[in-house]
Amino acid sequence: MAKFDENARPFSEKWLDERLGVVTLKKVLSTEYWIPKDINFLWAMGMVLAATFGLLLISGIFLLMYYKPDSALAFDSVNYTIMTEVGYGWLWRHIHGVGASVVFLIIYIHMFTGIYYGSYKKGREMIWISGMLLFVVFSAEAFSGYMLPWGQMSYWAGMVITNLFSGGSLEAYGLVEWIRGDYVPGDAFLTRFFMLHVLLLPLVIIGLIVLHFGTLRLPHVNNQKGEEIDFEEAAELYKAGKKKESKVIPFNPVFLSKDVFVMGVYFILFFYLVFYHFDFAMDPVNFDPADGLKTPPHIYPEWYFLWSYEILRPFPKDPGLIAFAIAQVIFFLLPFLDRSPNVAPASKRGLFNVWFWLMLADVLVLTVMGKLPPEGVWNQIGLVSALLFFALWVALPFITKAEKKL
Amino acid sequence: MKEQGRRDFMGMALGGFTALGGLGALYAMKRSWDPLPSVKAAGFTTIDLSAAQENVLNIEKWRGKPIFVLKKTADMKADDRDVVVGSDRFLVAIGLCTHLGCIPAYLPGEKIFKCACHGGEFDPSGHEIFGPPPSPLEIPPFKLEGKTIVLGEEGPEFIRMKDAGLTV
Repeated sequence: MAKFDENARPFSEKWLDERLGVVTLKKVLSTEYWIPKDINFLWAMGMVLAATFGLLLISGIFLLMYYKPDSALAFDSVNYTIMTEVGYGWLWRHIHGVGASVVFLIIYIHMFTGIYYGSYKKGREMIWISGMLLFVVFSAEAFSGYMLPWGQMSYWAGMVITNLFSGGSLEAYGLVEWIRGDYVPGDAFLTRFFMLHVLLLPLVIIGLIVLHFGTLRLPHVNNQKGEEIDFEEAAELYKAGKKKESKVIPFNPVFLSKDVFVMGVYFILFFYLVFYHFDFAMDPVNFDPADGLKTPPHIYPEWYFLWSYEILRPFPKDPGLIAFAIAQVIFFLLPFLDRSPNVAPASKRGLFNVWFWLMLADVLVLTVMGKLPPEGVWNQIGLVSALLFFALWVALPFITKAEKKL
Repeated sequence: MKEQGRRDFMGMALGGFTALGGLGALYAMKRSWDPLPSVKAAGFTTIDLSAAQENVLNIEKWRGKPIFVLKKTADMKADDRDVVVGSDRFLVAIGLCTHLGCIPAYLPGEKIFKCACHGGEFDPSGHEIFGPPPSPLEIPPFKLEGKTIVLGEEGPEFIRMKDAGLTV
């Protein structure tokens, strides 16, 4: 049996350490978790995401108190009960709606930061893969949540997205009906997506966040130059008081204080949106109750799905579905398609720099085209950008293979 | 060595029973996601065709889906997919675009169906004539009873169409 100090005061640090190892835990997770000094504000996006997820969770808990998962009651429980009767119900809804939209903006910034600085290779592959898993589950979480107000956009987005599972010419309508629990999105569909949104997917997300943090611990976060730091040596310097010479800082409290500053700026913008500009996250069409006999004249997803939606749109049905499916998973392969030995910012990597900015611009163009009606010249621009998206992925192994070692 | 053999056997026996129980649980979960019997049973709709006017689209509801009923005008081409009642020809089809399931709108002037989602178009016989739809509008299972039509039951006319591969 381990030794316990009889004289330790209950719940004192010593008492807790003997029972839970809190001192070691605190060192491993915060005060001796070393972060390179040479980073910029883009490295704060991870904690910004964690904080936004926290806001979504808290606002979601309050929405859950009055929301009714029933196709006859859902619309009114949101638009009447929560919005007009519940004290500050509007606040939770607007935080939830704005948060769901903004979280994707930060996810995309976080992803493209990782791509730019090469933070997905040489020991950091699992960071990238667990992050991509988070992106996929967040997408499912956003989609299932979008069903819940049961407005016209909820219904028709549900119709279109579940129809994707028929697999085009495979005509797997049985699978589509199985997913819906009905011939069309109905009550069974709403209640099962409610379950996914409030329980199963959040559990998976929380698990994946823990995994994502875990994947960072051994390879450590990257830095602005992609420099390989001897973390043990740098940590010894820091602990010996030579903070200026050391290349690292502890996560807590030094790095976290910078994170908190970035979060402060972010939350000013976030709550500006919540209080004064929440309408961007609230599609007016979704304020009409779901009607299975009337398609809205224009169906488009929320902005964060537009780029992949536009990859589906310009092709015939089967190739469109295949292109769409590939686009959903191709980013997972990034660490393996990038054949260059360099971990460095894109600006130092020759052709990869061109690749990075073309990819970013292409995704932005696809996003804009996805919102415009499928007419005239927009069709051609959409088709070209969709083809460019795939051309870039095909080119990636070749241009990175040819890259000179820095 | 002998000890090892016993342990392996117990491991395999436990693993086997666990796998069996796991499969059973998966089957139960799959069945819980199936459409309910009450949903499946509420699947019949009767429509009276005698009141229909030419070139005016009627939209009925069957199993939650919109059903297009269009009485054809004389200048519209006859088609093997038409539902024929006496001398009248009708298009009876599920009003969901075969691309991704939006409801196309009927434009009586141009005599076409146009889908707002991705720009697909269909002619008055339900054949795709433009855009991404890969196949014609589907025909629901139907049975003719004089001047009324029952959706959800397979009559001889429907079975003939299905056998000829005119609908799924």
